[in-house]
Amino acid sequence: MSGPMQDWKSQKKPFAAVATAPVFWLALFFIAPMTIVWLYSFGQNAGPADIDISGTLDNYKRATEWLYLSIFLKSLAVAALTTLICLIIGFPVAMAITFAAPKWRPWLLLGIMLPFWTNLLIRTYALMALMGTNGYMNKGLGGLWEGASWLRTLVGMQPLEAWTPVQLLYNNFAVVLGLVYVHLPFMVLPLYSALDRLDKSLIEASLDLGAGHFKTFMQVVVPLAAPGIVAGVMITLIPALGAYLTPDLMGGTDSQMIANVIERQFKRANDWPFGAALSFLLIYAMFILIALQSMRSNKVKEAR
Amino acid sequence: MFNRTAIAPLEYTRKLWMRSWVGLTMLFLYAPLIVLMIFSFNDSKRNVVWKGFTLKYYEKALNNDSLVEAMVNSLTIAFLATIISLVIGALAAVMLWRFRFPFKGLVEGTMSLPIIVPEICLGVAFLIFFAKIDWPTDLPWPLNLSAITIAHITFCFPFVAMVVRARLASFNKEEEEAAKDLGATEWQAFRDVLLPHIKPSLVAGALLAFTLSLDDFVITFFTSGPDTITFPVKVYSMVRFSVTPEVNAASTILIVLTVALTFIALKYQGLKGISDAH
Repeated sequence: MSGPMQDWKSQKKPFAAVATAPVFWLALFFIAPMTIVWLYSFGQNAGPADIDISGTLDNYKRATEWLYLSIFLKSLAVAALTTLICLIIGFPVAMAITFAAPKWRPWLLLGIMLPFWTNLLIRTYALMALMGTNGYMNKGLGGLWEGASWLRTLVGMQPLEAWTPVQLLYNNFAVVLGLVYVHLPFMVLPLYSALDRLDKSLIEASLDLGAGHFKTFMQVVVPLAAPGIVAGVMITLIPALGAYLTPDLMGGTDSQMIANVIERQFKRANDWPFGAALSFLLIYAMFILIALQSMRSNKVKEAR
Repeated sequence: MFNRTAIAPLEYTRKLWMRSWVGLTMLFLYAPLIVLMIFSFNDSKRNVVWKGFTLKYYEKALNNDSLVEAMVNSLTIAFLATIISLVIGALAAVMLWRFRFPFKGLVEGTMSLPIIVPEICLGVAFLIFFAKIDWPTDLPWPLNLSAITIAHITFCFPFVAMVVRARLASFNKEEEEAAKDLGATEWQAFRDVLLPHIKPSLVAGALLAFTLSLDDFVITFFTSGPDTITFPVKVYSMVRFSVTPEVNAASTILIVLTVALTFIALKYQGLKGISDAH
């Protein structure tokens, strides 16, 4: 960047021209709605459509009941598992893109990014169609089962019973798979951008000095790609924690996540103050995650 | 075949397991979408076996008034939200890039919040907000879409601001000063010098805002009324209550639209731009 920034006082008119619209919009259509939610979280229902903001902490007390606490913890566990699976699948993919021939690299990146641009609902729906009891995933499993059965007859054992389609949808497995499907591009892109900046001669040096590929990977590549890993984890974990659509459409009765509980307070249960309190607890959880990350990156900066 | 060079240590991409890994990942990402697109042409109500080619579900989808209305609503909202987000986002970027002012960190932080705050919380906030201020819900089209459009602008413009600000970092301020020395007014310098420089980022930001708006389900779900159904909300209720092949046809249309938009973006930025941008 060239030239210093201007002080707003010396350029009041141009400053007002550029600042008014964004600041006004942010205050009216972001801060005001969020403030109302925050105030409602300290209120109680005082009639069918009336909420009395009495400063009560009952909503927060209720949120710490085991029923809600366990859903919170479960959401965190599901989001963490999703992130871990995305990291395991995504790291080799990001490595492959980094070390691909230059003419292939943009196409591979496009391949990762295109689903990311596709409508979330359509992607979830497409995955559901594939996972239904008549879907291709069940057919594939059925094929494997028959193959195994045939192998058993080859070695003289009893064949397996006929394949019955399994219920792949509407359970926790489906929720995690759906979340991985949706969030995988989020993980790959930051990993790629970190790996791309990495000095490749360091890997060569490590290999030349006798370390194996695995050791080089663990002791050279992973530490150097750490900022990308942290960014990828955050960018996957945060939306996965607040996921609504995937658990709603693909989950069963026992796989609801925190966002589904919040939605219910506003639609069926009609307990807005409690829903507001849960929303803010979710937001606080995000803030804690972000604070942990920035503390970590500050530490890294100091260490250097 | 025999003349292949040996795989160098760093050519991870040429190793078989790596290739299969990438191949399987791509299969995982694309198989559901491709199966959905293929079966949208299938002449069978149950999407299991291929019964022959037909366009009847496209015809049905295009004759389904509520589905078409939802699509028109979605595109209208996306269009309006993109234009307004573009203006507000670009102004915000110029403000943060050019000026020093009190509470700048606070403004900057608050502006990134709509990106971070979970969709469900933002959706709930808009539901409460529009109920609290008694936002009129019986306006004629397209004014009845205003609540959804406002909500979309709130989460779209910070993305535009981010993209434009990244581009502004490479602007040479001396060019603007030269223009002013030569007699250009503040506005002329903005229009003729700064604006052409940030044009690529405006295109990128517009496409980003358009897709984000078109894609949004959760926030719209909380701000839409019975007369303001958008495409994702419509598909949601169709998937929820009865899966019909019409959804496949309508989804295929939207996927094709998305791919087309992506390729327009590529034309502007170039294929190399993708790998450079990250």
